[in-house]
Amino acid sequence: MIETIRAAFVIARRDFSAIIFSKSFFFFLLGPLFPIIIGIAAGGLGQQVRQDIDQPVIGVALEASQAEKLVEARAVLVKNLGNSALPQLLILPDTEPYDPDIKAKLDTAEKPLTAIISGTLEAPLLTGSPVDVNRWNGKIALLSETALSGSNPVTVKTDFVTATNSSNKRGQLFTAQAGQAVLVLLTMILAGMVLSNLVEEKTNKIIEILAAAIPMDAIFLGKLFAMLGMALVGITVWSSLGLLGGLIIGLNIGNLPAPAVGWPLFLILMVAYFSMAYLLLGSLFLGIGAMATTVREVQTLSMPVTMGQLLVFFLAFSAITKLDEPIEWFAVVFPFSSPFAMIARAAQMDNIWQHGVALIWQAMFTLIIIRFSVMLFRRNVMKSGNSARKKNLFARMRG
Amino acid sequence: MTSSAQVNIPENAIEAHKIVKRFDGELAVDGIDLKIKKGSIFGILGPNGAGKTTTLRMLLGIIDPDEGERFLLGSADPISKAHQVGYLPEERGLYQSMKAFDAIGFMGALRGLPLAEGRKRGRQMMIDHGLGDAVDKQIRQLSKGMAQTVQLLGTIVHDPDLIILDEPFSGLDALNQGKLERLIRGQADKGVTVIFSTHVIAHAERLCEDIAIVANGKIPFTGKVSTARDRLRPQVHLETRNLEGAWRSAIPADCQPLGHNWHFTLPESGVEPLLRALIEGDAGIQSLSIERPGLHDAFVHIAGEAAAKKMEEDAILEGEAA
Repeated sequence: MIETIRAAFVIARRDFSAIIFSKSFFFFLLGPLFPIIIGIAAGGLGQQVRQDIDQPVIGVALEASQAEKLVEARAVLVKNLGNSALPQLLILPDTEPYDPDIKAKLDTAEKPLTAIISGTLEAPLLTGSPVDVNRWNGKIALLSETALSGSNPVTVKTDFVTATNSSNKRGQLFTAQAGQAVLVLLTMILAGMVLSNLVEEKTNKIIEILAAAIPMDAIFLGKLFAMLGMALVGITVWSSLGLLGGLIIGLNIGNLPAPAVGWPLFLILMVAYFSMAYLLLGSLFLGIGAMATTVREVQTLSMPVTMGQLLVFFLAFSAITKLDEPIEWFAVVFPFSSPFAMIARAAQMDNIWQHGVALIWQAMFTLIIIRFSVMLFRRNVMKSGNSARKKNLFARMRG
Repeated sequence: MTSSAQVNIPENAIEAHKIVKRFDGELAVDGIDLKIKKGSIFGILGPNGAGKTTTLRMLLGIIDPDEGERFLLGSADPISKAHQVGYLPEERGLYQSMKAFDAIGFMGALRGLPLAEGRKRGRQMMIDHGLGDAVDKQIRQLSKGMAQTVQLLGTIVHDPDLIILDEPFSGLDALNQGKLERLIRGQADKGVTVIFSTHVIAHAERLCEDIAIVANGKIPFTGKVSTARDRLRPQVHLETRNLEGAWRSAIPADCQPLGHNWHFTLPESGVEPLLRALIEGDAGIQSLSIERPGLHDAFVHIAGEAAAKKMEEDAILEGEAA
């Protein structure tokens, strides 16, 4: 085993320096510009979806007649503005318009509330987190004015709380989606590159020298880790530039919705799950690509492989809002979607031990895929027999 | 013989017992037995397609035999001995963007030599072999001959105990073939076992103490070059003044002269009785030469005319390609 790791390091070092010091690496660094543009567009779509499936609910603690008018006003406005443009309203029959404990109602109502409107339609008070209150302030004014038949402009008073269950939930959902989108994009960009990774060795006949000198597992492992290293260098460059850009344009990173496990651990898990997603898909692609004998064959393979990736990503994406439901558990357990599903969990659930289990599970599958790929490569490409190898398989694994 | 991973056969660099390899059902190697002593120069001789490369790949552990077992430096797991082995494959390959000295260092690193040491040795070896100007050039900038030399140096940079060269002379011009022969002898002088395959008989004849003749996936002969040659009787070339006389009984009865020249196989009785009969029988010897058969003749005798012809054709094609 030590020799396999040593040999894998020799291969990884060669591949890594060959890539990093090549002119084409510069173009590789420019690559994400395109998916970023696509990502922004997709993010807009995602936000639309999020608005549809998880529309904010504002509690109404007004006198019954005023509450009725407000609900009617919403019904009128929805016809022109659309349902998603306005928050849902939930009348709180047991709450007085001037209840001193109104902040507590944010978390105790039958649905998680984004904010509560209280007082009167003429002088409404909106209570909620600063982000939510600032977001819905104008719409509440519009609703109140409509309910009052638009006679006078209404000024909404505000009362802030640090955060509500609802705002937390939505923030974490946003973080889950963003984290997953980043993982998906990076994996899509980077893992596919592994497909053609053995073509150079095969066309240059170097594979014969490698196969005679080191275990085949070391070749696969080395190549995989070299590409992972290159990917992490790229990600470091991109994220540093992104951070710098964000600071220049004055983006306050502290305002981003915090994930359930906290930012430091979330970022560590992002790197860990990216690495695992990369290794899982990369080992599969390396194995598939190793069967190809020419660049043309690799190109032919890349389409079904990309489609396969998309299916995995759709699975993970669809499971984000279905925590602990069967589909989400399937996404968590299925090795190829597991890293994406788990990063969504990290954003929404504060339980940490599950990540250790998931990472071990994913690492185990990576090793299984590598071993299977090596076996196929030896049999189909190197045309090796199987009798002696079968005998040595487990002895080699034991080292 | 035991099938355990480690066996105690210190005197043999290689042992193979009835190894068989099939590709898509076609028999490529058919139950080969082979023993190669440590410290020798061993040639594997045969035409292209005879099974030489497949045999070497099995011995090295690149592929596994379908049947039989092989031991490399005493181990049934050849890759575990890779640090002690140097291998030059038939199809040469190097990373084109690597610098020459770095390629040598990389090949050493694959076989356990620290990279920095391998690079250092690579530089020095290139200088020693007259390639000092090419040390920092990329492989793609080198001529074919230079690239082959770099690969050969990469094969020996880690001071292996066993060197396996698959058709090492292929593609080399006469000058580089001479250099390679000297290098092989130099390694053997240091006690390194050198095994090479070739379809050019002259190389094996000049370099090897022992050979294996491979034909149709089998080894019809393995042993000393002299033993192979001794399988044929020496040939006598005689020119006489007289065409008839008592001396005629000393040469084969079916031997017919070409003018006054006679060509026949030396009789079992040997040279002395023949000479005596020729002199006492008044043959009038004008000239007499007794030629020991070459390895080529031995090859034809052992492997058959078809294999020998195929090998000659391979050599011609290779010469044209070079």
